[in-house]
Order: sequence, then structure tokens, then C-alpha cells
Amino acid sequence: MALLKVTDMSHDFGGLRAVNNYHLEIESGEICGLIGPNGAGKTTIFNLITGIHRPTEGAILFEGQSIVGLQPYEIAARGISRTFQNLRLWRHMTVLDHVKMARYSKLGYGLVGALFGSGRCRRQEAAIEEKARGLLDMVGNGRFAQQMVPNIPYSAQRRVEMARALATEPKILLLDEPTAGMNPEELAQMMRIIRTVHRTLGLAIFLIEHRLKMVMERRWCDAVDGK
Amino acid sequence: MQRPFRFADVMRSTFSQVPFLGWLLGGLAAVTVEHLVGFQLAGLLGMPRVPVLFGCVVMLKKPLLIPAAATFVLLVYVVPACVVARVSAPITNRIASRLLRFPVVLPVLFHLALLYGILEMWSDLSAYRDLTLRLTLISVMLTLSLNVINGYMGEFSCSHPGFMALGAYAASVFTLGLFANDRVFGPAVLPPALGSFVFPFGLFLGGGVAALGALAIAVPSFRTRGDYLAIISLAFMFIVKSAIENLEVVGGPRGLSSHPNWATLPAVFFWTVACVWVIHNFVSSTLGKALNAVRDDEMAAEAMTVNTRKTKVVAFLFGAFWAGVAGGLFAHVLRYVNPGTFGLQKLAEVLAMVYFGGLNSVYGSIVGAVSLSLLGEALRPLEIFKWIIIPLLLILVMIYRPTGLIAFRDFDVKRIIRPRDGKGEQV
Repeated sequence: MALLKVTDMSHDFGGLRAVNNYHLEIESGEICGLIGPNGAGKTTIFNLITGIHRPTEGAILFEGQSIVGLQPYEIAARGISRTFQNLRLWRHMTVLDHVKMARYSKLGYGLVGALFGSGRCRRQEAAIEEKARGLLDMVGNGRFAQQMVPNIPYSAQRRVEMARALATEPKILLLDEPTAGMNPEELAQMMRIIRTVHRTLGLAIFLIEHRLKMVMERRWCDAVDGK
Repeated sequence: MQRPFRFADVMRSTFSQVPFLGWLLGGLAAVTVEHLVGFQLAGLLGMPRVPVLFGCVVMLKKPLLIPAAATFVLLVYVVPACVVARVSAPITNRIASRLLRFPVVLPVLFHLALLYGILEMWSDLSAYRDLTLRLTLISVMLTLSLNVINGYMGEFSCSHPGFMALGAYAASVFTLGLFANDRVFGPAVLPPALGSFVFPFGLFLGGGVAALGALAIAVPSFRTRGDYLAIISLAFMFIVKSAIENLEVVGGPRGLSSHPNWATLPAVFFWTVACVWVIHNFVSSTLGKALNAVRDDEMAAEAMTVNTRKTKVVAFLFGAFWAGVAGGLFAHVLRYVNPGTFGLQKLAEVLAMVYFGGLNSVYGSIVGAVSLSLLGEALRPLEIFKWIIIPLLLILVMIYRPTGLIAFRDFDVKRIIRPRDGKGEQV
């Protein structure tokens, strides 16, 4: 059974059909690329899968269950995590807090624990901090942990998004142009990170990428999906 | 090259080693001096009585007394506080570093006890001081609770006086209905002596009613943001005000009076500390930081598993709860409550305190509330000019520090009470 299965998905923005009869099947642990010219609806497909828009027609099955109509946070908690094409970071929060925040749905201490700073709350906060630092080291951002996000380099910001997406413990990671605006060096680093993530965490990855060289030549993707 | 002699440098090097504990000790010395010789000294300097608010009121009322008042402040407050703080620094540093070996609750309680001692002794000398102090502490609670919504969650809510009114009225109805002989509710049902033990329940009730009212703002906030939500919340404030004005069961526009004197300084101090502690716990947990995530980018928050609706409801209900508690205390401090109090004037006051002190910061709220409350009292003799000076100050702060004096700063108790002698700073 496919991890993520999209059948006959279409979406209309008013009178404009942005996505028409889209099909997709991703097995767990597979890397799949999505290409297409600007305005083809690639990001819309991401938004439909992650629940930001609700498809006009069609079905989305994740691990055999329909996720159409669920709230984005519920879909994310089930194991579909994403990054954004234009960075969407929280500008008044530290890098470490970004990664900790992505553990929100896994927090077990509840409101009362947070209000009174219960022992359970403190232990969990310490545990997620350790986990977050581990993820930041993994993407090479460990030294920025206490920095505010606007103060760190652009490519590091992209890696924060990556670490944050990983902290939700996804089964599939949706990357929306993870290398946009990067120089060759940063590009190579990002590719390394994506490979490490794929290998060590065994995630399925579905990515939008404009650099065909990356997607095709180096045999990156098991499949390329386009129009 | 030798640096030129600078007064500020000397002061900094002299006093930078004084820990918070030292300053508390200094403050205690100052209020003790005032208790012992304040009255005689004031007479000696030709003042009718001890200046109530650090001489500000006297100076503005009778400019001829400026030198006398200044001398009084210098001799009674500044000199004893500074000398004791500096001289005791080696000892207080040692005590502070020893205290840090205990769980953090103990040293904090110790510091709070000292702080309370200072406030108690200071306010003991005049009823006016006592009242000002209690109202200041209440405005700290109000400011902090509004900061949860306006600062931490970044929605511009104007309904705080409404929440406060709900809390004030619910708590008043509770105490007046059960424990007091009142013209609206009739004779007491329960013995008033029991009351002060039950008072916390009354305040909880006030907070609860305010939180319930906050649902009226929280639910629209799912779909509306920014200006539109601000207008909804403003409407809520007016609805509450005119609803109370037209409800004869709670006294209508004439309001309620004859509250028992339960909101004493210890009670208000306790609730303020509890409010600061709980709100600090909340906003420094990941659950509370979800408010910041919703403020900075709601879509990203959703994508990172944050339940944004729940987060918004929690923020509004939580902020409103503390506003309600503060309202309940406010009614019992003034021992009178009427709907007119909770109007635009009150709204402007709280908003000014939040934005003056600093968004998204517990420090900022305390600083903003205390400084604007005291300034408001100190400049009272200027009458109409007070309303020129304070807004002008606000404008200046907004120009030079657009997010407030101390914005986006984490409140760290351990940092405040740490020793400052260079040893043991790595805690």
C-alpha cells in the first residue's frame, strides 16, 4: 500500500482550475520530485495535500486513510510535514524555539502543567530541547541555536525550516524548492542534508525543484512527476 | 591613555557589584530611616508632613519647597539605600550565592518577603501611599494580562476594561450578596468574618466570568485578524459597559458600594506575584510560545502541528481571567464599583502601559505599569498638563523604541537574584 496516494485531485480557485486530475503515489522511503513551470500549480498541490486548501474533487489517502477535510495541524501531526517556498519562520523566536515548537502535538503536560511549571512540564521541555539540539546539529545549525531567526544567513534559515519540519517526526517530508536562491556550496550542503535525512530517518520525500540537473542527472529521484 | 573622569563610570564601577538582595536591603534601610526620623526631618526642613510620593507632589504644588523635598529624598531614600547596598555588597553577594544552592523557589520567596517588607513599611506611613501601591500592583496584573493578548499573541484587543468589569462585578456580587449588608442585595447571608477566607473564590469567580465573556472575542478571532478584531473587541467593551449600566439588579449606573476591606496589601501583593509567576510559566513553555508562532506566522504554526484555534482561545481566556481577577481586586480596593470606570479612559491607560513598557515581555509590563501609574500620581498637581506630558512621553518612546522600553526580553528570575561579585555568575 502506498504511503501517500492522491487520486483524481482537482482544485478550482473561483473559475480557474489550478490543479486538474492529479495522481500521485509515494511509497514509504521513496524520493519523488515534482517539476513544472512557474504557475503550474506545484505549490497548490502541496497546499492541497497539507490541508491548507481543500480539493474541489478527488481523494487523498495517507496510510490508507482519507485526510481530506482535516485541519492542517492534524495532517501535520499524522506525519506529513513540509517546508515553504518563501520562508515562513517566526521572526521573534530563536532557532531553538522553532524546532521545539514543532513538537507541539507531542507535548504531554497540558495547560495546567504549563501554568504551574510542573515537574513533568520541565522534564519534557528539557527532553524536547535535547532533541531539538540534535536536529539542529544534524542540519548544521547547532551554533545558531540561541539566535533570532532574522539574524542568521539565508541558507541557515532554510535549514531551520528543515529541522523544524523534521521535529514533527514526519513519515513524509514535502520540500517546496529547498534550494531556491542558494549558491553552489550551500546547494551541495542542502543536498547532503536531504540525503542524510532520507537515509538515516528513512523518510519519504516529495520535493518541488527547479534545478533539473539536481533532480534528474544525479539520479536523485526515483520518479519525477510533471505535466 | 587615561580616560577622562566620568561620573557615570564611577557610579557603574561602584554599584555594579551590588546584587538585587543588596538593593532590597538598602530599600529596607531607607524605609526604616523614614519611619524613625522622617517626621522630624520633614518638620526641620519646613514641610508640613512627610512627602508622600518621593516629594514629587510637594515640588509641583509649591515650587518653593523644591530644595527641602529634594534634601528629604536624598537624606531619607538615596543616601541610606546606596550606602547600605554598597557596604553590605560583600555579605549580600555571599548570601545570594549561598541561596542559589537551594531550589530556586526558596531564594525567590526570600527576596519577595524582603520586597514585601519594604512595601509594607513604606505604605504604612500614609493611606494615600497604600492606595496608590495597591492600584499600581493591580495595574501590573492588568498590563501583564493584556500583554498576553496584544504582545505575545499580537492581536490588538480593546476589550480589557470589559473583562475587568465582568470580573469586578462578579466578585462584587459574590461578596456583597453573601457577606455584606447592601442596599441592592439586602442583609448578609453568611458571617462577614468568614469572608476573607472565601475572598479568593470570589476572585476566581470574577476571573471565570471574564474568561467566559472572552469567548465572545475568541471565537470571531478564528476568522478575523488585525483591525477588524480590534473593532469587535472594542464593541464588546461597550456592550459590557452599557449592559451593566442598564441592569438594575447590579445597581445600574450608580454601581455597587459597601465592599468589605478584603483587598489589603498582602492580598493584592500575593495575587500580583501569583499572576506574574503563572503568566511567566505559561509564556516560557512551548505551549505558551505557540502564541508567538501564531502571531508571527499562523500558516507555519498550523503546518508545525500547532492547534491555532485552541491557542487563540487559550490566550484570550487566560488574559481575560487575569483581567477579571484584577478587576475583582480593583473593586475591593476602591470598595466601590460603577460601570463608568470601565470605559475608554481605562482602555487607554492599560494600552499605554503595555506599549510603553514593551510588548512580549514580563519585565516590560511591570516597568510600564509601575512607571505610568506612579507618574500619573506624581504629576497629579499639574492637572490638565499631566495629560500632555504623559502622552508626549509615549510618543517619544514610540519614536525611539517602537516596541516599547523593554520588549521581547525573557524574564529570568535566576538572573535577577544572582550574586554580582564575579564569582558564581555562571549559574
